[in-house]
Amino acid sequence: MPRTIIEKLWDAHVVHQQPGAPALLFIDLHLVHEVTSPQAFQGLRERGLKVRRPDLTIATADHSIPTSDRSLPIVDEIAARQLAQLETNCAEFGIRCLGVHSDRQGIVHVIGPELGLTQPGMTVTCGDSHTATHGAFGALAFGIGTSEVENVLATQCLLQRPSKSFRVEVNGRLRPGVSAKDIILALIAGIGVGGGTGSVFEFTGSAIRGLSMEERMTVCNMSIEGGARAGLIAPDDTTFEYLAGRPHAPKGAAWDAAVSRWRQLPTDEGAAYDRSVTIDADALEPMITYGTNPGMGMSIGATLPDPAALADPMQRESVSKALAYMGLEGGKPLAGHAIDVVFIGSCTNSRISDLRAAAAMLRGRKVSPNVRVMVVPGSQEVKRQAIAEGLPEVFRAAGCEWREPGCSMCIAMNGDQLSPGQYAVSTSNRNFEGRQGKGGRTFLASPLTAAASAITGVVTDARTML
Amino acid sequence: MTPFTNFESRVVPLPLNNVDTDQIIPARFLKTTSKQGLDKQLFCDWRYDAQGNPKPEFILNQPRAAGAQVLLAGDNFGCGSSREHAPWALTQFGFRAVLSTSFADIFKQNSLKNSLLPIVIPVDVQAELFAAVEADPAAVVKIDLASQTLTTPSGRAVEFPIDAFSKHCLLEGVDELGYILNQESAIKAYEQSHPAGIDALAG
Repeated sequence: MPRTIIEKLWDAHVVHQQPGAPALLFIDLHLVHEVTSPQAFQGLRERGLKVRRPDLTIATADHSIPTSDRSLPIVDEIAARQLAQLETNCAEFGIRCLGVHSDRQGIVHVIGPELGLTQPGMTVTCGDSHTATHGAFGALAFGIGTSEVENVLATQCLLQRPSKSFRVEVNGRLRPGVSAKDIILALIAGIGVGGGTGSVFEFTGSAIRGLSMEERMTVCNMSIEGGARAGLIAPDDTTFEYLAGRPHAPKGAAWDAAVSRWRQLPTDEGAAYDRSVTIDADALEPMITYGTNPGMGMSIGATLPDPAALADPMQRESVSKALAYMGLEGGKPLAGHAIDVVFIGSCTNSRISDLRAAAAMLRGRKVSPNVRVMVVPGSQEVKRQAIAEGLPEVFRAAGCEWREPGCSMCIAMNGDQLSPGQYAVSTSNRNFEGRQGKGGRTFLASPLTAAASAITGVVTDARTML
Repeated sequence: MTPFTNFESRVVPLPLNNVDTDQIIPARFLKTTSKQGLDKQLFCDWRYDAQGNPKPEFILNQPRAAGAQVLLAGDNFGCGSSREHAPWALTQFGFRAVLSTSFADIFKQNSLKNSLLPIVIPVDVQAELFAAVEADPAAVVKIDLASQTLTTPSGRAVEFPIDAFSKHCLLEGVDELGYILNQESAIKAYEQSHPAGIDALAG
């Protein structure tokens, strides 16, 4: 019976299946960060339990960590306590912690892949909904809550029910100025933020095959924004080339054996999916969101939806409420709308290729005097690479802030945030009310769109500036 | 986990689709290392003005919300972030069930682990309930988990779906970790036949 990669990953990790109960699934890699783990460690303490597999667990500090000078003390005492608690918990339970002062610190979904910890065929969990990022390697990777973080720490297992399979086939070639971010924003705009609920996306098709690993991570990263439990891409030579030589990747004969195992992962010819959609990459345009969830997106040149034209009263109310929060008027264009802040960063778009794309647009140009531009690399490793390529000079010369690695203004827990009413073009993943600061208004877009808009000071189609 | 018992309650209507967990509890409150003290932060930015005063027009600040244990929402409740702080805040406010036509996967799993029952209802029942509680804010629904029945204010009994395992855990107050720990021999056998591909402690 032909199987999808989703079924193969599932079957290979079922530890036990009792009748009438969910399957017990083994987790190959568990990523831990400061925000969703303290209560889980406390739970272990209360029950007198240990971390079962410290060798499959790694921690870092990303969500509440400041992106200002790391040699200075952390001003926010509550954040400082939480960050210190992570170090204490990791030391007590024997977990490796790439903490505040580690030269490997970074956003959890950036460091897993760059260290070679994330590998094809794995199950990966983290107390963070953007764990689907790791699916780019052909792994089944999904976000979990703190109770489940505790379960994985204690047993390396989770109780899970199989998800439906949802194929997203993207064929053709992206045109200049259109990026991986636009693929996923277009998908979510098409199916809605609940469209993938109960499913795992498998991204297939020639356009996906043509993406680099970093671009694939951008696509998989936002699977949760389409409601999916996870999103993944079958591994191929692009995957293996990215992984080869990374610190935790297999070496020598073990590498060859791993690659031949990984080559068995792709979906079998004739395997059935529960649902499929197709996207024509050639027809894609740069996307931007206008509303208060990631499904409220459109081509950058389109006009805003008019709530009065919507038939469903609940949907009318949602769009109308979103436009009111955003201070926008239905039927008008969004391009040309003034902005206050540009954020280039987050687990969606903070990797070296994202920074290169933004720098290419900003080189030799100045950002608008009305716009604050924050560039936040995803990890210390990304930062080092950017420095080696001279990118911080490009950003600084253009008038951008070059900051220390972390989640930063994607989740706005660390002091990097919008003021009430401010508009941002952001390369992150969520435009929920207040997500980037109470009262702040977010337009999600690609690094290229963000950089172009930074220069003009208004929402801008980057294709006019290539 | 406390066993889930039958109850009847007034209903707090929140007629919005896609209510995300950033609204249920904003991220700036996630710097806590405790599970407690989150009830005041529930829907904080909809509930309080810039000075921290309750906004009288928001439903949780109205007398009908006091003591109510059921939240009635639009479609796709709980989307977005995986934060378990969302069900912690909801239960600490006093909610024991949320009614919606659909729930985001992670929110649903997190709720089940905290004795917060996510009840999926058909669109027509959702519409009936919104109308009923608008007409009479004191209208009550009854929730019986054992028989998987939601009884609307008009007396209509609606069966709701829940998987047998989650139902058992809720009714008996069984937590998943205890259940998984009992599978020790199966876990050990799996580990022995599947050598680890990485050693995160190395390097």
